[in-house]
Amino acid sequence: MNHSFVPKAADMLVVGPETIVAAAAMLILLAELMPARISKAAAPWIAALGLLASFIPMTTTGISVRTGFSGMVVTDGFAVLMKAVLAVTGLLTIGFSTHYIKREDLDRAEYYALVLFAISGMMLMASSANLIMVFLSLEILSISLYVLSGFARTQPRSQEASLKYFLLGSFASAFLLYGIALVYGGAGTISLAGIANAIASEGAARNPVLLAGAGLIAVGLGFKVAAVPFQMWTPDVYEGAPSSVTAFMSVGAKAAGFAALARVFLTAFGDIKVDWMPALWAVAALTMIVGNVVAVAQTDIKRMLAYSSIAHAGYILVGLAAANQAGVSALVFYLAAYLFMNLGAWAVVILAGRRGEAGTEIDSYNGLFWRNPGAAAAMGVFMFALAGLPPTGGFMAKFYVFSAALQANMVGLVVIGALTSLVSVYYYARVTVVMFMRDPEPDAAPISTRGLLGVTLAVTAAATIYLGVLPGQLFQLAGLAQIARP
Amino acid sequence: MVPTAHYVILSALLFTTGVVGVLVRRNPIIMFMSIELMLNSANLAFVAFARHLRSLDGQVFVFIVMAVAAAEVAVGLAIIVAIFRTRATIDVDELNVMKW
Amino acid sequence: MLSAYFPILVLIVLATGFALGALTLSHVLGPKRPNPAKSEPYECGMRPIGSARQRIPVRFYLIAMLFILFDIEIVFLYPWAIVFDHLGLFGLVEMIVFIAILVVGYVYVWRKGALEWE
Repeated sequence: MNHSFVPKAADMLVVGPETIVAAAAMLILLAELMPARISKAAAPWIAALGLLASFIPMTTTGISVRTGFSGMVVTDGFAVLMKAVLAVTGLLTIGFSTHYIKREDLDRAEYYALVLFAISGMMLMASSANLIMVFLSLEILSISLYVLSGFARTQPRSQEASLKYFLLGSFASAFLLYGIALVYGGAGTISLAGIANAIASEGAARNPVLLAGAGLIAVGLGFKVAAVPFQMWTPDVYEGAPSSVTAFMSVGAKAAGFAALARVFLTAFGDIKVDWMPALWAVAALTMIVGNVVAVAQTDIKRMLAYSSIAHAGYILVGLAAANQAGVSALVFYLAAYLFMNLGAWAVVILAGRRGEAGTEIDSYNGLFWRNPGAAAAMGVFMFALAGLPPTGGFMAKFYVFSAALQANMVGLVVIGALTSLVSVYYYARVTVVMFMRDPEPDAAPISTRGLLGVTLAVTAAATIYLGVLPGQLFQLAGLAQIARP
Repeated sequence: MVPTAHYVILSALLFTTGVVGVLVRRNPIIMFMSIELMLNSANLAFVAFARHLRSLDGQVFVFIVMAVAAAEVAVGLAIIVAIFRTRATIDVDELNVMKW
Repeated sequence: MLSAYFPILVLIVLATGFALGALTLSHVLGPKRPNPAKSEPYECGMRPIGSARQRIPVRFYLIAMLFILFDIEIVFLYPWAIVFDHLGLFGLVEMIVFIAILVVGYVYVWRKGALEWE
């Protein structure tokens, strides 16, 4: 380590967004010094302002490539776009949380602080240029999510979700860490640029210690994005955790995990991609197949969406397996589209649910159209989008991912992707059918769309359709998502 | 002087012990201790490699890992205590409100 | 290479031998006259009160958790102190920021009443 290094304000700019978000989280904790009534009311506002303010350093750095803190962190087009995706995820999470946490009696300021801490970890993950930063940011986000999934701390389901997530999550973190240690031994450094140099120059490419390390890192990160065969925690945790938390982590943790996977494997291990591309190919195929096929059998909408999120991890992995610039851009586009359609679907789940996490069986969506036409229409849009049907963002996202895979000559993977998408139409369409074609239960009351939750629904539905009809703008942006080659 | 390979082999053995512990044991506290063993085996590998490479980096990483592990311990124990308070058991096989 | 371990082997043999020898000899040679007072568990010379296997109140766990969290941060202070001269003003500012973040946590914990015993 170079002790003559003197940090400058420019270093702070590289990690500006996450610093602002973390500062906002600490401000929420400090607001506890004020009377409970004030601190509780202020928390969502501080959180929203912090997330909005995080866009300032993002626009300042733009897509320029800068490193900071002796090359520990880096910002480039990819990092900034991922951070933007995460900030929007945070804003929408606040949008559908305010109503939900009041209904479930979870209305404590710590909720927002934990969401912000998790987001700051996710953002840092997108900026990590050193494996120890990947580990550190992964833990920042994971520990926040362990607590959040157990936030309904007197509910047995929530406790159970929290413990399972915690045990399996730290198990996976340990794999990641051991992988980092092995890479350190094999390459002599764990900065992504240093590893790439070692592989290029010293022939470390065939070093078994290094390759084993890379494999363990893939296992640890694969767990976070719920790739098969590391998905076993997903359904239980998604079902047991409070719905708003599930929604948040299904998008946020996934985006962060993919950001780290893409950066680590395309920069540090970019020169040995012939070694890992087949493995990713297999994992992507398995993830798409298992996620979609098992989702068909689910009767609870939270579990169904959990398997659906596994399936979508598979589609995003297709973009990663392509290992080219088109794949990275498609990955960013997919995550942006997925963020709106998936958070939207969860917002409807929150709206249609009742106190105590009740009303999550798919049957309780019978005749939702007659109880709240707007929510049912929006849910229809989200289901179409998740199934990948035009004219929605989900269709364009899959289209870009598959075309990136075709560029990399992965025809087989595209065929599997198309076939599993067909399977997914079945279970997404079932929700749509029961909402519109069945009669509501006689005792089912109309559901009113409440303030912020309604706005969130409208925004996500509009964005999902917009990305399907006019994807050009976002696609251009995603084209700027270049990962800086060290 | 003990060769680096021996430390690495020891750390691999410790890591495997930890993995087996997590998979075999059913008490969350023991499972968690096994996870800590895995983290510490990585620490051992870091220190061994750092000595081998004559660089301080690996030693610094160990500090960071220790701090992270402490945060994990605190959260993990808190979750376990919360469960014990409402159920008076923490056997993972009895945590079966949902399909495991 | 393995010969480097030979002294350790000698040490293990000697230590085990001494321990076993001492135990065996005292077992064979020592007089044994047990009485109830001698069989009691030793608790600072007092009569034991209650069972040694009772549950510990949750409060102790809470304090232990908080202790671990704040205690471990010291590990960052030592390396910082060693290279303090090279880091200059920025090093000082950085450490103040670090401590300030910890203080935020401390204030929060205090305010939440986690440090009150009753």
